[in-house]
Amino acid sequence: MEIIVLLKQVPSTESFIEIADDGISIKKDDIKFVINPYDEFAVEEAIRLKEAHGGSVTILSAGTDKTVEAIRTALAMGADKGILINDPAIEGCDALGTARILAAVLKDTPFDLIIAGQRAVDDDNFQVGLAVAEFVDVPHISMVIKQEVADGSIRCQRTVEGGTVTLEAQLPVLFTTQRGLNEPRYASLPGIMKAKKKPIDMKTLEDIGLDSEKVGKPMSRITAMKFLPERKGGKIIEGGSAGEKAAALVRALNEEAKVV
Amino acid sequence: MSQGNVLAITEQSDNVFRKVTYEALSEGRRIADSMGCGLTAVVLGAGENLAKEIGQYGADRILVADNEALHEYMADAYTNVVADIVSREKPVTIVVGASTQGKDLSARLAARINAPLAMDCVDIRIDNGDLTVTRPMYGGKILADIVFDGKPQILAIRPNSMSITEHAAAGAIEILDVNIGKTDLKFIEKKLDTGKVELTEADVIVAGGRGMGGSDFSVIEELADLLGGAVGASRSSVDEGWRPLEDQVGQTGKVVSPNLYIACGISGAIQHLAGMSSSRVVVAVNKDSEAPIFSKADYGIIGDLFEVVPLIAEEIKKIKN
Ligand SMILES: Cc1cc2nc3c(=O)[nH]c(=O)nc-3n(C[C@H](O)[C@H](O)[C@H](O)COP(=O)(O)OP(=O)(O)OC[C@H]3O[C@@H](n4cnc5c(N)ncnc54)[C@H](O)[C@@H]3O)c2cc1C
Ligand SMILES: Nc1ncnc2c1ncn2[C@@H]1O[C@H](COP(=O)(O)O)[C@@H](O)[C@H]1O
Repeated sequence: MEIIVLLKQVPSTESFIEIADDGISIKKDDIKFVINPYDEFAVEEAIRLKEAHGGSVTILSAGTDKTVEAIRTALAMGADKGILINDPAIEGCDALGTARILAAVLKDTPFDLIIAGQRAVDDDNFQVGLAVAEFVDVPHISMVIKQEVADGSIRCQRTVEGGTVTLEAQLPVLFTTQRGLNEPRYASLPGIMKAKKKPIDMKTLEDIGLDSEKVGKPMSRITAMKFLPERKGGKIIEGGSAGEKAAALVRALNEEAKVV
Repeated sequence: MSQGNVLAITEQSDNVFRKVTYEALSEGRRIADSMGCGLTAVVLGAGENLAKEIGQYGADRILVADNEALHEYMADAYTNVVADIVSREKPVTIVVGASTQGKDLSARLAARINAPLAMDCVDIRIDNGDLTVTRPMYGGKILADIVFDGKPQILAIRPNSMSITEHAAAGAIEILDVNIGKTDLKFIEKKLDTGKVELTEADVIVAGGRGMGGSDFSVIEELADLLGGAVGASRSSVDEGWRPLEDQVGQTGKVVSPNLYIACGISGAIQHLAGMSSSRVVVAVNKDSEAPIFSKADYGIIGDLFEVVPLIAEEIKKIKN
């Protein structure tokens, strides 16, 4: 089974995000970058599928020189090879632009299954995976917590508000991950050593037949970034017994904040 | 010049409209008013009777696309049908609730019709006919303003972020001929835990963290019930197996914006704060006075949650009587 994982490198979730001087991007210098947590589930699930059914796992990413680190980590976990579309124009792409780039690569790469994260925890678009599915014309199933491949088809359980829905489709299919699908493994030392020898195919947009002027032109743009309004004060309810504190809190919630 | 309408895509499950549908319709009406156009609503997978229930929420026209194949949400059939409606109606803007269904549909639709999509909008403004939306990024650590260079803009609005407004005039219902088109997905089953308040739609959330010390969340459940709210959890209490995954609030869980968020035995890690800091009022109960959650809370009580939370419930009962 040929499995493609769409992988994005993102700031780690413990990062304190700061807005850059241009006001429309974030400062990247002091930030630790990691594999998007939902894509880590995708890598793990792909490796488990390969272990069960044979085949190979290819990591596909659109990014920068730095993204090589994230791809190497996925290779160290057990993926077989990487493809990195490395082009300055990618920075300016919106979700559809990114999806077009990834889909262009997939035109020349055989696959039975594509696994993507439900969302990247930086832009939180919830979009690139499903747009890739549209552009390569395969069905998608999003937010999957359980999958089963048998006889050329896949059955997935996806989460919805208050429960789950189970769907089935013939391969090829794209599905996106939800927490609960698996616990991603850590790369072992031998895994890390092996990963150094695994191939990462680096390509520019031109190499995959795309015009960077066109594909990079976004239909939506960020014009400003701001932080959430700071909470004033943080009032600690002081003094007295626990009962008195509880009474003072409920009074404040009722009279001041008017929420109960 | 002919100008299209704003199109609002509603969402129903088992013949009940989701709350975010009313928010999407009300917001759609506000956008239509500032653009000087009409609002058209689409109801999928249900009949005229159900469609009447949204009559009062601002749509001039209500298009009903009923068909067996639309009774359960299916990404392929829904995308086909909505894309058809879009090509016929040529809307200027499309509004949809950013539920799991709305996110799934809007993402595939945007790619199908080559339109810009802003996911999880928390604010929508129009100046001189130009639309600016605000949406959270970085798991809610940042709010970004977005403008568009393409049409129709698809705006998926975050549940619980926009107000609901009723209108006097009821929309006119039109029954559509539907063509389901090519579909590849097969529905197998749906399992719902009914009666549970959905976290992203809840007005009140009482959340428990590692400080709960075990799977007995009864003190928290009682307070949540009393306030008509939902129970949330930190990742630690989910990882411990004390709570189901769907209860997790945070950067890799749900991002919630209730009126009132009561964090009990939660330290306030940055990934947790990302998921709840847009709550209107935050209360923290924690026995450690140094816990970071206190600096992000409007009100804090330093104490043992097993002592304090039941007392809060007692006081609330007093007010209610
Ligand atoms: C990639 C990644 C993603 C993550 N995503 C999320 C996410 O989405 N959501 C999330 O929540 N976390 C997330 N985390 C985990 C996060 O970093 C913290 O580990 C987690 O939020 C801590 O949970 P907690 O506050 O319940 O536990 P702790 O940090 O252990 O805090 C427990 C608190 O309970 C208090 N306490 C103990 N007993 C009592 C008592 N009897 N009465 C009152 N107070 C008491 C203690 O003083 C302490 O402050 C993520 C981490 C990573 C690496
Ligand atoms: N630049 C990228 N390269 C490869 N995959 C990506 C990229 N951006 C997004 N994805 C994939 O699409 C998913 C959703 O991302 P997003 O729509 O940006 O929230 C991610 O979890 C990845 O699987």
